[in-house]
Amino acid sequence: MQATKINMIQAMQGLLALNQQEELVDLPNNYPLSVSEDEGDSDRERKHQKLLEAIGSLDEKNRWKLAERSEASLKILEFTVSSERSEEKLVLSDLLDPVRTSSSLAAMKKQLNRVKSRKTVELPLNKKEVEQIHREVAFNKASQTLSKWDPIVLKNRQAEQLLFPLEKQQSPFVHIELVFSGYKARTPLEQEIFNLLHKNKQPVTDPLLSPMEKASLKAMSLEEAKMHRAELQRARALQSYYEARAKREKKIKSKKFHRFVKKEKAKKALKDFDQLWKVNPTVALDELEKTEKARMIERMSLKHQNSGKWAKSKTNMARYDLEARQAVQKQLAKNKELTEKLQVISESEDEERGAKEEDPLVPDRVNEIQMCADWPNPWMLRNCNSNEKEGEIQTDPEQLPEPVVRKFSTSEEDERPEAEEEILLEESEERPSLRKRFQLNQDTEPVGSQETKDSSNQGILSKLRALNQKLNKENHHSKKQTVSQAGTILQGQREECASEKEQYLLLQRPERVQILEELEDLGKEGHFQNKELPRPLLKWDKMKRNLNNQTDAPKGQKKEQVIDLQNFLITKSPSMKSLAIPTAIEELEDEEERNLKQMIKEAFAGDDVIRDFLKEKREAVETNKPKDVDLTLPGWGKWGGVCLKPNAKKRCRFLIKAPEGPPRKDKNLPNVIINEKRNIHAAAHQVQVVPYPFTHYQQFERTIQTPIGSSWNTQRAFQKLTTPKVVTKPGHIIKPIKAEDVGCHSSSKSDLSVIQSITARPTGNHKKQLKKNFID
Amino acid sequence: MKVKMLSRNPDNYVRETKLDLQRVPRNYDPTLHPFEVPREYVRALNATKLERVFAKPFLASLDGHRDGVNCLAKHPKSLATVLSGACDGEVRIWNLTKRKCIRTIQAHEGFVRGICTRFCGTSFFTVGDDKTVKQWKMDGPGYGEEEEPLHTILGKTVYTGIDHHWKDPAFATCGQQVDIWDEQRTSPICSMTWGFDSINSVKFNPIETFLLGSCASDRNIVLYDMRQATPLKKVILDMRTNTICWNPMEAFIFTAANEDYNLYTFDMRALDTPVMVHMDHVSAVLDVDYCPTGKEFVSASFDKSIRIFPVDKSRSREVYHTRRMQHVICVCWTADSRYIMCGSDEMNIRLWKAHASEKLGVLASRERAAQDYNRKLKEKFQHYPQIRRIACHRHLPKSIYSQIQEQRVMREARRRKELNRRKHSKPGSVPVVSERKKHVLAVVK
Repeated sequence: MQATKINMIQAMQGLLALNQQEELVDLPNNYPLSVSEDEGDSDRERKHQKLLEAIGSLDEKNRWKLAERSEASLKILEFTVSSERSEEKLVLSDLLDPVRTSSSLAAMKKQLNRVKSRKTVELPLNKKEVEQIHREVAFNKASQTLSKWDPIVLKNRQAEQLLFPLEKQQSPFVHIELVFSGYKARTPLEQEIFNLLHKNKQPVTDPLLSPMEKASLKAMSLEEAKMHRAELQRARALQSYYEARAKREKKIKSKKFHRFVKKEKAKKALKDFDQLWKVNPTVALDELEKTEKARMIERMSLKHQNSGKWAKSKTNMARYDLEARQAVQKQLAKNKELTEKLQVISESEDEERGAKEEDPLVPDRVNEIQMCADWPNPWMLRNCNSNEKEGEIQTDPEQLPEPVVRKFSTSEEDERPEAEEEILLEESEERPSLRKRFQLNQDTEPVGSQETKDSSNQGILSKLRALNQKLNKENHHSKKQTVSQAGTILQGQREECASEKEQYLLLQRPERVQILEELEDLGKEGHFQNKELPRPLLKWDKMKRNLNNQTDAPKGQKKEQVIDLQNFLITKSPSMKSLAIPTAIEELEDEEERNLKQMIKEAFAGDDVIRDFLKEKREAVETNKPKDVDLTLPGWGKWGGVCLKPNAKKRCRFLIKAPEGPPRKDKNLPNVIINEKRNIHAAAHQVQVVPYPFTHYQQFERTIQTPIGSSWNTQRAFQKLTTPKVVTKPGHIIKPIKAEDVGCHSSSKSDLSVIQSITARPTGNHKKQLKKNFID
Repeated sequence: MKVKMLSRNPDNYVRETKLDLQRVPRNYDPTLHPFEVPREYVRALNATKLERVFAKPFLASLDGHRDGVNCLAKHPKSLATVLSGACDGEVRIWNLTKRKCIRTIQAHEGFVRGICTRFCGTSFFTVGDDKTVKQWKMDGPGYGEEEEPLHTILGKTVYTGIDHHWKDPAFATCGQQVDIWDEQRTSPICSMTWGFDSINSVKFNPIETFLLGSCASDRNIVLYDMRQATPLKKVILDMRTNTICWNPMEAFIFTAANEDYNLYTFDMRALDTPVMVHMDHVSAVLDVDYCPTGKEFVSASFDKSIRIFPVDKSRSREVYHTRRMQHVICVCWTADSRYIMCGSDEMNIRLWKAHASEKLGVLASRERAAQDYNRKLKEKFQHYPQIRRIACHRHLPKSIYSQIQEQRVMREARRRKELNRRKHSKPGSVPVVSERKKHVLAVVK
């Protein structure tokens, strides 16, 4: 108790030391007032003291005692305290010293304590300033609420496309039960349906499963499902193992192993068959028959013609033994016969059969031509022709290699197809490389049989031209007509065929057709000096008509060649080289290039574009050259007149030569004219300065250079590129954006209710709140 | 006779399965379609020319008023309905599809100063020179009934403008002060004032609906907060602002139509610098209204023309005028963003297309695609001189044209003078003030 008292008093001392400037009078003034205000029991004390005083006043002795003073002073204050005489300031602690002992002054102590904590109230601000503060607070608040719109506004400003009206019309979702509850079956049919539905407990509400279905769904438990799954997995794994094994086995190259496997299989089959025999003999017989038949078919196929034991031995022996050779040939002949028998069935289509027969012999290129022949576009024939040409280059008769010559002789000796086949069979390895030569050999054969070696080149050319014209005429005929022609001629041909079969077979080759072009080209190139037209032209013509399919291509080619015979002469003649393959390839490339050039030339056959261009360029260069200035005045210093010219010296003197301009940019570019002058008419349509949003001209150029039209873009891209920025629906009211539309929540209270509540309550409270906000 | 039928082989256009690639009937190899830029340029040029050829914006004129049209209001629920108030106190309701007046009310004595519709579209409010605020039913009176307002409020001073709250049954009037009224009461809930000059117009913010903007004749624009019943901020411009309009898509943006021939778009959070100064008019701008998409606005001017400005451009993209149209006092952009209405001194309301060369009616999909493509082309090549020349070319009445020239000269002179002053004074003493900052005198908190 004592300690707290001491503490309190010390605190009071400190406080009073701070407020020394304040007049001391204030304190006592304050003191009783505050006492009366705050302390309830102090009233009682005061009353008590009054009473005591009243009692004291009754006694004079006591009254005197009260006025008695212990210290001398000039001026006596109301409260009997003075500091005037003693020059030192009065300190509260001095006053409170006696208080320390008495406990009845607790109220005063409390009061003092409060004084310590309380500050003086500031003067209220004037109304203008208060209002400004209110406004600022309100503005801050409003701008805060507005700033929540920032991201939305930004998004809308940058949006690729805005669709108005903004609010999405959600289709009102109505629960099926609600729809159903209002519905009543009226007609008997409806009632019947309803009855049915109810009987089967068909669900009407949300889970669209009948009780049965539910039960079936529930039937499979988790364990069962797991087991099922595991089983499936195992099966899948087994399958994959099996597949892998089969693959591996298939890859094994060992013959022994395969033989082994085959034997195994055979054994197994035998076993099975035995079993089957025991169980069901009739079925087993059938089975046996089937297997036998399969075996026969297998043996009959060409696959085994020289792989059998006998055949192998014979071929081995054939080198040394004449008999064995004959046997082999016999077998081959037999084989041929057998295969021929099968083809007899389609007797009517001789031509086709022939073609088919020759097919393996015919080089691929020819097939290509055949295909080409169907194409309507003559330009597409280019490639084929080039190949042909290549072929023909190789045909140079002097350079024919030896084996071909040998073959040539053989083919002359025995013209039978069997023999041919045999040879082919023998040299099957060489075939691809030699095929061409072989065929060429055949081509040249009839040429060789003719004996007009010294007729002039010119004569051949003229004849060929005549032929070309004829062919061109034919081209004008309708296709149908040619087909019918071909048909009639076919008939005739077939009759002929019997008499001169051998010739026919030879002629029927599609390569035959090439001869014509070859001849022609060779003639042009001047390499074909010692040759002559092989047969009467008419016959050739006929033949071509027969094979009208094949003739189409040459026709096209000839047409082209008629267009630019000159060009052909201009182009460099292909170098004559030996038949090495790489050179052939090189030439092929050359050919392609040449073809391209030729094609361009053909496209602009009528006008000489290049010459025109060169002329134009020369003119452009001339006009753009800086011109000399001639300042001679005729008649100055000399006589002038109609036919009098200023003399050369004078002219030379007064001629100001223009300085050589900078070299033209297209000086070294033969195919280009660069106009270095600025075109005013074009400049009117050009942008001079890089426009605003772009920072670099390249940016701008890039945007300009990306086309947006549908001619350059796919439909989807075009639609995407041309989407309008703002799309509005006609006839729809566009309402201002709402917080709910964009997903940010707004206050639920309406503005009106807020303002009403504000106006209803006393302003003091509101202001206090505002102030609080402001301080925060 | 054999009839040849058009037939198509489904193999050419039907996929075998869904997973197959779509057949592309066109080869988009760029080498096959050369000269993209020149071809597109020519297309753009043609599109621009055609746009100008087909630019016929004027649709109809609604005549019937016997005095100048002073105010317009659009119906919040019906696109076809428009309300107008005239200087003789007459209010007319128009049907736009029929282009006829469907109702006439003698609402006030003297001017109808302001008109606004309730958000539900069942009634509308008018204020007039006779110091009254009247609420009217949108539907006409039944047979035998007299044309009478639902409510009439007698005020102490003249009201110069009115606007209705966008959600609540409250409206705001302006005159000596801005009053906010509950529809049910005959006295304002609160009245806000700042300064003593009369206030021309008051507008509620359509998005944050507790915000209001007003403009007074002492050259300032004041913003109010209805919830806290206080003004927020005031910006003082060079000259008087006639009216303001809030952007319906951007809550804090509004545009002020000023007497100094310009319009100012402000962000209300930063009033010291307008976001954009729109200048093209040659006389005081009297009214402004936003397109409902918030991308453009239309302004009506005393120079007998209306102009359409993009929000982010300082120059107008379009100017409409006719020989008979006098000073345009009020303008409004219809709620479907397709049309513009303007009421002018010579008693007519005119209906314009918002896009001058737009084709009205239903468009085929190919037509629309072509339109989109042309629009994109015009946008792509807009910087090309020829295209810009054609696109910007407008015929103007002589008065406007000569005024533009005159003002150009004046502006140039002013600029030169400033330049000279800067040249001949101490560096830094004559600062360069941007056009945006030039017109704002002060912002009062």
